[in-house]
Amino acid sequence: MTKMMYRDAVLSTIMEEMARDPDVVVLGEDVVGGMGTAGGPEAIGGIWSTSTGLYDRFGPGRVIDTPISESAIMGAAAGLALSGKRPVAELMFADFIGVSLDQLWNQIAKFRYMFGGKTRCPAVIRMAYGAGFNAAAQHSQSVHQILTGMPGLKVVMPSTPADVKGLLRTAIRDDDPVIFLEHKALYATSGEVPDDPDFMIPFGHARLSRAGGDVTLVSSGLLLGMCEAVADRLAAEGIGCDVIDLRTTSPLDEETILDSVEVTGRVVVVDEAPPRCGLAADLCALVAEMAFSSLKAPPQQVTPPHTPIPFARELESAYLPSVDKIEAAVRRVLAWR
Amino acid sequence: MQLSREALLNAYRAMKTIREFEERLHVEIQTGEIAGFTHLYCGQEAVAVGVCEHLGTQDRIVSTHRGHGHCLAKGCDVDGMMKEIWGSREGLCKGKGGSMHIADIDKGMLGANGIVGAGAPIAVGAALASRADGPGPDGMKVAIAFSGDGACNQGTTFEAMNLAVVTQAPCIFVFENNHYSEHTGVSYAVGTNRDIASRAEAFGMKAWRADGTDFFAVHETMREVLDHVRGGGGPAAVEFDTERFFGHFEGDPQRYRGPGEIERIRAERDCLTRFRNAVTAAGLLDHGDIDALDAQVLGTIEAAVAAARAAPRPTADDVLADVYISY
Ligand SMILES: Cc1ncc(C[n+]2csc(CCOP(=O)(O)OP(=O)(O)O)c2C)c(N)n1
Ligand SMILES: [Mg+2]
Repeated sequence: MTKMMYRDAVLSTIMEEMARDPDVVVLGEDVVGGMGTAGGPEAIGGIWSTSTGLYDRFGPGRVIDTPISESAIMGAAAGLALSGKRPVAELMFADFIGVSLDQLWNQIAKFRYMFGGKTRCPAVIRMAYGAGFNAAAQHSQSVHQILTGMPGLKVVMPSTPADVKGLLRTAIRDDDPVIFLEHKALYATSGEVPDDPDFMIPFGHARLSRAGGDVTLVSSGLLLGMCEAVADRLAAEGIGCDVIDLRTTSPLDEETILDSVEVTGRVVVVDEAPPRCGLAADLCALVAEMAFSSLKAPPQQVTPPHTPIPFARELESAYLPSVDKIEAAVRRVLAWR
Repeated sequence: MQLSREALLNAYRAMKTIREFEERLHVEIQTGEIAGFTHLYCGQEAVAVGVCEHLGTQDRIVSTHRGHGHCLAKGCDVDGMMKEIWGSREGLCKGKGGSMHIADIDKGMLGANGIVGAGAPIAVGAALASRADGPGPDGMKVAIAFSGDGACNQGTTFEAMNLAVVTQAPCIFVFENNHYSEHTGVSYAVGTNRDIASRAEAFGMKAWRADGTDFFAVHETMREVLDHVRGGGGPAAVEFDTERFFGHFEGDPQRYRGPGEIERIRAERDCLTRFRNAVTAAGLLDHGDIDALDAQVLGTIEAAVAAARAAPRPTADDVLADVYISY
């Protein structure tokens, strides 16, 4: 095991996979940085420092700085993938999927099915998402709700450095298009990461991060940590929470959720995306449909309201889920009769 | 054409207001009081002012993530902007938007924008509205799209230029080439040998080029451009060569700059210094006139910061307001 930051887990996994497989190529805005020059000290390696040193080591054929052209970045990733490469494309902010949406939604996601299963599209699209920086409506969004709704894409939302390592390796080696969502507020968090160069975490396998048995909390990404904090608070009162980290929203590990709810009969789903037609609603529907007879309380959702993301500090914190809001929801389902 | 004394004083006051607004934010941001992402316009003042001095409120502009200068030049309220940047509920956008999203539709300022390249198509829409309204007493109302050298690489910008040409919309694409998009240099990212105006020409519109650190060059060029567009000559483009004095965002270590670059551009390419030197050398204004404006502007900014600090904060209830119109 090695202790490392979430952002370094991203970088080291890409570095290792590029060393292992010459078909892996990286592209995005400022991924070299510093005027596209040969990796000198002025080259920042992406604004999140998740490609630092790649250009120096692998050169311009495999590390491609792009102009500000998200549509072309996404389309080029599609073309690279159809031509035998394994592109790892970076969108600086997840919000910029808007610019590139056709290439993602109508192209990358649909190739395999539309072409009758005759093709592979092994593209990884990484993007930084999430609120908490007062970056306002166009630089703070959680987009998994939109992307999970697109058949053909796999969607990954790691919450720890170890999960970054295992899931990103799986993503790069996967032959389907994978959206890899990195929460901005997690980049500087640290954790133990396995050293095994083939350490992989399969998609569609959620992680039980706390086992308690009284109530089930389901989340992913940054908010997973808030759910764990609630579980730890309630443990002191003798209340046991199962905390489930989804890891991937597509494919979805229904079994782990249903197994837990069958025991607890109570579920709170916590999500950073807006509520309408969202992940939390989807999971509540799943539980209602498949575990109705086990339920002791109506499934609860903790999400932001149906509004764009506001700028001011007071507004953004009122907008976002919090430990207190999650705890209140848990107490609601526990008190239900 | 010779500017009147009053026009010169107004232009200087407008540029100096932007400069001091930004210099002050640069300091205030270090204290941690201002949240979010802030991109400062210092160095480019002559462009915003040289363009907007020709406009009336009926003319519309669409701005970028580096929008404070465009907002101020188009007449947005200094206090309202400062309060917005501070996140007050009395800010121009009630604390919902912040630095990157300042807008004042009544002033013809259709918004700063966090999405690079989003502005140009919006400006074409505004120009098509003008075309539908037809010319007024001052000729055709125009719409201006401010874009950076980075934004000119977005497909949206290309589509907007073509749409403007095929519809002959009274739209002006103002490209502020400050040589960088974040960390990446224009020599790398703009394929047409750093030349943005030639792209506009390729789309079929007339294009101009001028030194964006020389207020008089900007102002004179814009007079020609506006004569062309207001007179029904169709869309046009201008590329201004300019400089950004600070980092891309506040906190940018700027390792991509060449040695001595910032000192050099501050010394040789400061539009305010160049303006002062030009008008005093020509005997149009004296140093006393300009010093008086400097003091006046400092007072304005000081008052705006004090007002922003003291302004009421938004509350949790405000989150739900203004998603839709309430009837
Ligand atoms: C669609 C989109 N892509 C990327 C970004 C990130 N970004 C913000 S500003 C910027 C550089 C813009 O460069 P330019 O257009 O030259 O404007 P300048 O910053 O020089 O004023 C980038 C890449 C963004 N905000 N929106
Ligand atoms: Mg630029």
